[in-house]
Amino acid sequence: MDYVLLIEQFLNGFQLGIILFLMAAGLTLVFGIMDLVNLAHGSMFMIGAFVGGTIAVVTGSFVIGVILMIPAMLIIGIVVEMTTLRTLYPRDHLDHVLATFGLILFFNEATRLIWGPEGLIVPLPAFLDGSVALGAITYPVYRIVIIVVGLLVALGLYILVSRTRIGMLIRAGASNRAMAGALGVNIPLLFSIVFGIGAVLAGLAGLIITPITAAQIGMGEDVLILAFVVIVIGGIGSIRGAFIASIVTGVIDTMGRSFLDVFLLLFLPENAAESAGPALSSMMIYILMAAILFFRPQGLFPPKGAG
Amino acid sequence: MAELKNPASILTLIVIGLCAVVPFLAPALGEPFYVIVFARIMIWAIAAVSLNLIMGYGGMISFGHAVYLGIGGYTIGILAFHGITSAWIQWPVAIGACAFISLIFGAISLRTRGVYFIMITLALAQMIFFLSVSAERYGSDDGLNILTRSDFGLSFFDLNDKLTMYYTIFAVLLASVFISWKLIHSRFGVVMRAAKSNDTRVQAVGVSTYRYRLIAFVIAGVMCGIAGLLQANFERFVSPDMMNWPRSGELIFMVVLGGMSTIFGPVTGAFVFLMLSEILSTWTIHWHIIFGPFLVLVVLFARGGIHGLLTPRASRDE
Repeated sequence: MDYVLLIEQFLNGFQLGIILFLMAAGLTLVFGIMDLVNLAHGSMFMIGAFVGGTIAVVTGSFVIGVILMIPAMLIIGIVVEMTTLRTLYPRDHLDHVLATFGLILFFNEATRLIWGPEGLIVPLPAFLDGSVALGAITYPVYRIVIIVVGLLVALGLYILVSRTRIGMLIRAGASNRAMAGALGVNIPLLFSIVFGIGAVLAGLAGLIITPITAAQIGMGEDVLILAFVVIVIGGIGSIRGAFIASIVTGVIDTMGRSFLDVFLLLFLPENAAESAGPALSSMMIYILMAAILFFRPQGLFPPKGAG
Repeated sequence: MAELKNPASILTLIVIGLCAVVPFLAPALGEPFYVIVFARIMIWAIAAVSLNLIMGYGGMISFGHAVYLGIGGYTIGILAFHGITSAWIQWPVAIGACAFISLIFGAISLRTRGVYFIMITLALAQMIFFLSVSAERYGSDDGLNILTRSDFGLSFFDLNDKLTMYYTIFAVLLASVFISWKLIHSRFGVVMRAAKSNDTRVQAVGVSTYRYRLIAFVIAGVMCGIAGLLQANFERFVSPDMMNWPRSGELIFMVVLGGMSTIFGPVTGAFVFLMLSEILSTWTIHWHIIFGPFLVLVVLFARGGIHGLLTPRASRDE
């Protein structure tokens, strides 16, 4: 087998995993702490891409786009939380699903009104546009940047949650909302901040893949469903589980798409392998999820203390 | 039925009555297009009734219910593609396929509860969606045209006849409402509703709720699959879009809009939903910008749906 291609596809899978993690981290935090099923998280992915991308195009600097996207998404996230989602916390999951489904329709259409149906192309800055040699393979610089940024964010998030005061409050709010509130924690404010952080992470994920895929309406929805798979596999509410499950899902999905038909050729006739390959590879992560749920209904890393 | 005295029942009778006379009324009013609109409404209503069975009465929030529309429809499409047009083969195969898939999906997803169940039903449905997208032979994204409708081989019953097609859908809708009414008021339905309100207690009495839930899940899957096979026959076209996840979301919304856990609620919900989108979309192509917030407002302020608003508090079921 071609090892250069193998390593290349592994890195691509890892990079997809990083994007998934940025999505899943916010989703799992919001779910773990506020018990809110938030479909509109996919919209945050899209809005981050469009808002940050527009800033990047207008200022001519992708880096400024990324930097200004952060406060913008924080504000948008907090506004959405305060206007709509706050009312939903005491409701059941069905209401969450429906109301946030309504938000998706709204955000998609609003994006279409503002930016038009074609989407937005964001060019790569020149200094990130190129390839470097990593041993035997050459790999695009920008994809390496995505991986590094993602790993740094994961590290930062870990430190934030496990080593800082706000992280302590977040964990307290997650394990017992009423008790934390009784001890003087401003729970509504905490929820707004957590939601804002989640929106920034999703927006970042959307923005950093935009130079590769372009910003499109509804771009967050496929990623959202993959992120659901990730947090189901990883265990809802667990950042560590989300990280491991993201990487595993990203790598399996990408590797499956490029190598499954070759692998099937080993024991299937050629035309059967060629038609079964794409079909099976698009189903692989769902089969993985079903298998994991069958043996561990709570996911691989259920957070401690969660019932 | 003692329910016939409140405004909700009157609304139901109006909707059903409209469905019954539209093939004659619409052309007379010079709006023959509404025959097609009503046929679509009834097909969605069948799917919504089936979802209400598990969601409203069993508490199982399936966010992938539209997948059975797709499986039912694609079975017809694929068989027709290979030259098998006899309804006596197509329909049993479609029903069998839906029963089989919903049995497997149910067996997996019913091991979980709450939000896990929502996400798993969604993910499993998307799996079939992506499968249909990757099936190049059957048209991938572009979908599959169906050249001939299911052939019953009977001279007096031919789906190519507009009225036969319309009233077949109408009859299936009435049948599915009747079946769900019978089911809910049977021992089976009592167990399901009891399990929804307190699963542990029902198990303590010695009833395996898992088995009941699974059977209900399969019945709902098959019923929705029949809506799918009707849709394939009516539109003479199937595409992955008919089972993409927004369709499942819309189905949930129809049920909630009409009134969850009511027999006719899903029918009213499908009617209002599709009429509203029909009207809004003639105003502006950006009608989702009104529809999205409308959905949010219904969730926030109209919990019982239309039937809930119209039913006097004292006579409500729960």
